[in-house]
Amino acid sequence: MHELSLCEALIDQVTTIAREQRVSSVSDIYVRVGPLSGVEGPLMRNAFPIAAAGTVADQATLHLEDAGIRVRCEECGAESDAKMNNLVCAACGDWRTTLISGDELILQRVVMGEARV
Amino acid sequence: MTPAADEHAVEVLKGLLDANDHEALHNREHFERHNVLAVNLMSSPGAGKTALLEATIEALGKDLNIAVVEGDLETENDAERIRAKGVPAIQITTGSACHLDAHMVHDALHELELDDVDVLFIENVGNLVCPASFDLGQHINVALLSTPEGDDKPAKYPVMFRAADLVLVTKSDLLEVLGDFSPDAAERCVRQIANPAPVLKVSAKTGLGMDGWLDWIRREAGSRE
Repeated sequence: MHELSLCEALIDQVTTIAREQRVSSVSDIYVRVGPLSGVEGPLMRNAFPIAAAGTVADQATLHLEDAGIRVRCEECGAESDAKMNNLVCAACGDWRTTLISGDELILQRVVMGEARV
Repeated sequence: MTPAADEHAVEVLKGLLDANDHEALHNREHFERHNVLAVNLMSSPGAGKTALLEATIEALGKDLNIAVVEGDLETENDAERIRAKGVPAIQITTGSACHLDAHMVHDALHELELDDVDVLFIENVGNLVCPASFDLGQHINVALLSTPEGDDKPAKYPVMFRAADLVLVTKSDLLEVLGDFSPDAAERCVRQIANPAPVLKVSAKTGLGMDGWLDWIRREAGSRE
C-alpha cells in the first residue's frame, strides 16, 4: 500500500503548482498510470482524499488515465500490445523486447480553481 | 475530455516519483564518489535476505569491506544479526511504511562512513510489491525467490521481477524435499517479462550455489574500483 506515499508526493507537486499559479484551490488532477508502474488505480483513488484533506486539492477530482502496455521487439522490430506478466513479442514470440509504454506514473495536467484573494 | 474554454489549466508531465528519483540520484552520486557498489535486496518476508547477507559476509568479509542498511517495519533484530558478523549495519525502521525510499536511505547514509566500504547492501522491507516502485540510488537490484514460495512468483509479481538485475532462488537445498519447484519454470517466468537477468540457485544454509553469487558480487564490486 505505497499509494498513500504516492498521493502525498502528488499533493506536494500540485501544491507547488497552485502556489506558482496564485490559486487557492485546484479542481481536477490528471494522472497517467501504467500497469507496470506498480500502482493500483482503486488504491490510489482511496488514498487520494486522505492525502488531499486540508490542502489546495481538498475538493479536487482525481482522474486516472490508464496507459496501455506496448513493447518493441529487439529481434524483429515489431511493436505490439502486451500483458503485465507476458511482455514477449506478439509477432515473433521472442522475449527480448523493450517496453515502450506501460510503466509510467505521470502528473499530466492540473486544472486551477479559484484565484487567491 | 475537452477542456472548457475559460479553464485555467497547467500541463505538467512530471513523474509522481520525481522527488524520490532526485534524492536517489543524489545517493547514487554519493556512492560513486566513494567507489561503493550499492546492492538493493528485495523479496517477500522470510525469503532469506538476512541469512544470505550473513553467509555473504562470512565468505567475502576478508576481501571486501561490507556495510548494510536494514529496512524493517519494526525491531533492530536484523541489524544486530549483521553486526554480530563484525560489519556495520544501520537499521531503518519504517513504522507502517511498506518500502524504503531514497530519503530514508539518504538519512541512514549520514550514519555510515563510506570511505572504507566496497559494497553496501540495502536490505529492503520484505514485500514483493511496494519496494519495486522506489529507486534508492542502488546500482543493482537483486530479487530473492525462496523455493517454498513457488516457481510462478515472477509471473505474479511482474513489477518487482522486471526490475531485478539478478534473481536468486534461495533455500534451494529444499528443492529435493519440496519436489514441486522448478527452477527452469521460474526462469521462464523471468524471461516472459522480458528480463535477461541471470537466475541462480543458492542455499545460504548449505553453501550450495553460493560461489556463483559471490563471484557475481566480486565482479560487480571490481568493476567499480
